[in-house]
Amino acid sequence: MSMAPKRPMTMTEKIFAAHAGLESVEPGQLVRCKIDLALGNDITAPPAIKEFERIGKPVFDKDKIVLVPDHFMPNKDIKSAGMAKTMRTFVKKHQITNYFEVGRMGIEHVLLPEQGLVAPGEIIIGADSHTCTYGAVGAFATGVGSTDLAAAMATGETWFKTPSSIRVELTGSLPRWVSGKDVILTLIGQIGVDGARYQSLEFTGAGVAGLSIADRLTIANMAIEAGAKNGIFPVDEVTNVFLTGRVKKPYQAVAADPDAVYERTVAIDLSTLTPVVALPHLPENVRPVKDVPVTLIDQVVIGSCTNGRIEDLAQAAAILDGRTVHPDVRAIVIPGTQAVYLEAMAKGYAEIFVKAGAVLSTPTCGPCLGGYMGILAAGERAVSTTNRNFRGRMGHVDSEVYLASPAVAAASAIMGRIAAPGEVMA
Amino acid sequence: MILTGKVWRYGDNIDTDVIIPARYLNTSEPKELAVHCMEDIDTTFAAQVADGDLMVAGKNFGCGSSREHAPVAIKASGIRCVIADSFARIFYRNAINIGLPLLELGADAANIGAGAVLKVDLASGTVEDTVTGRLYSAQPLPGFIRDIAVCGGLINYVKGANHE
Ligand code: SF4
Repeated sequence: MSMAPKRPMTMTEKIFAAHAGLESVEPGQLVRCKIDLALGNDITAPPAIKEFERIGKPVFDKDKIVLVPDHFMPNKDIKSAGMAKTMRTFVKKHQITNYFEVGRMGIEHVLLPEQGLVAPGEIIIGADSHTCTYGAVGAFATGVGSTDLAAAMATGETWFKTPSSIRVELTGSLPRWVSGKDVILTLIGQIGVDGARYQSLEFTGAGVAGLSIADRLTIANMAIEAGAKNGIFPVDEVTNVFLTGRVKKPYQAVAADPDAVYERTVAIDLSTLTPVVALPHLPENVRPVKDVPVTLIDQVVIGSCTNGRIEDLAQAAAILDGRTVHPDVRAIVIPGTQAVYLEAMAKGYAEIFVKAGAVLSTPTCGPCLGGYMGILAAGERAVSTTNRNFRGRMGHVDSEVYLASPAVAAASAIMGRIAAPGEVMA
Repeated sequence: MILTGKVWRYGDNIDTDVIIPARYLNTSEPKELAVHCMEDIDTTFAAQVADGDLMVAGKNFGCGSSREHAPVAIKASGIRCVIADSFARIFYRNAINIGLPLLELGADAANIGAGAVLKVDLASGTVEDTVTGRLYSAQPLPGFIRDIAVCGGLINYVKGANHE
């Protein structure tokens, strides 16, 4: 039996074809895809719920909708309490399985992989731009708006324009105190905040195998900061170890065809990377820490969907162990989920942070988006392991955010200025 | 549909945090959001924008978060159409989904300055600067994206498309 040769496809193209019921798809093609999971949070779900009610249909699948109150939670004020209540009422009414109440919740993009809710080959949409995080396990995952979420909750489908792909070829292995955050910031520094606009960033190469799932989650998380539709990693041994015992549903991993077509290739030799920071007010303003002039700081935030995992807290704890936060600095450490919180206690990190003079918070987005729990005043500066340093992101429009890894953030907290881990850890 | 309006001009990489800062996201009420629209880069906008005005910007307009509150705030402030060199993708789909028309004009967007008065034909993608007389053309919306826009947004489209 002979068949016409199928168009070779990238990972994202293969996932689209499988979910659109097509033999193949190509960049630019508009497709309607079935989705495997739809996500909303306390900011984006309430408008989605309002639109959903206008459609007047039941939810497409109560097990495939995930709602996480994480942004202004525990309720920061009366209005946010009202939004959380809207979500909770909807959850009860439609018997949504995957709802995580305060005390059991976490920052959505730390929580979902941890809970085994995201799997290779899936299509996951979330009314949150950092939904692209799940590309770390070989899923197609992307952020959408509340109206998209509303329609998807009713139909189980959504529309996409098939993106072209950029291949990010990773080689070598990361030096000490250099992590996933430095990889993605370096990439964004190279290609710019719209360098991958409407495109897929597909990470490949021999360097992938040496990256932990935590590093991959951090890297995929910030694909959006390069304008990308998604970031995606191949499914390998490291992925399978992570998924085993965690993901209970069946899934179908995909691999890119060897002759798949990419719009361009960006090569990064991991062994040449150094700790970097992104200066205000764009994530593309990336400089090696050693080239940054003396920059005094007022606050350090370690946490968020980018760097709120146990591996991130481990880096920070190693540096803060037996040391103290600089007298002029407020350091705020936010474990990404309750499980991360517990593990941080079991491993002694919680004690290290508190003894160092840092705040240890319950899981929340909090200061990352300037919500609460660490808002900056005019003229103040923060080093933060979050993902956006836009003007006013963390407070007053005249405050400044410097993006960095947990290691750089911890070293900076001790020194009271932007500092490299090597300056503290000889 | 033909729109005529005065231009509010902004630069490249206008992000959703300046379109509507997160500190105001404890509401999704369009009128309340409109009061704070653009305030972190332009304190005059919300007070002076008139119904029917247009917004023109540079590259990557609407980058950042997925908050639909951003196009909602712009629409509720009275802006009838946003024209840019290019748009960030989530903002693009959100605007279409809520019925805020967009036109992607490429490098030509740089020729349009603050205070210009434009005549915009959404169906053909033609933009005329009524002062200089210069004409520009944008790509019209493709395929079912146009159908969504014509229905006035995604919810109407979904309601119409599912009869089972
Ligand atoms: S931690 Fe920050 S970037 Fe991540 S989901 Fe929360 S607000 Fe968004």
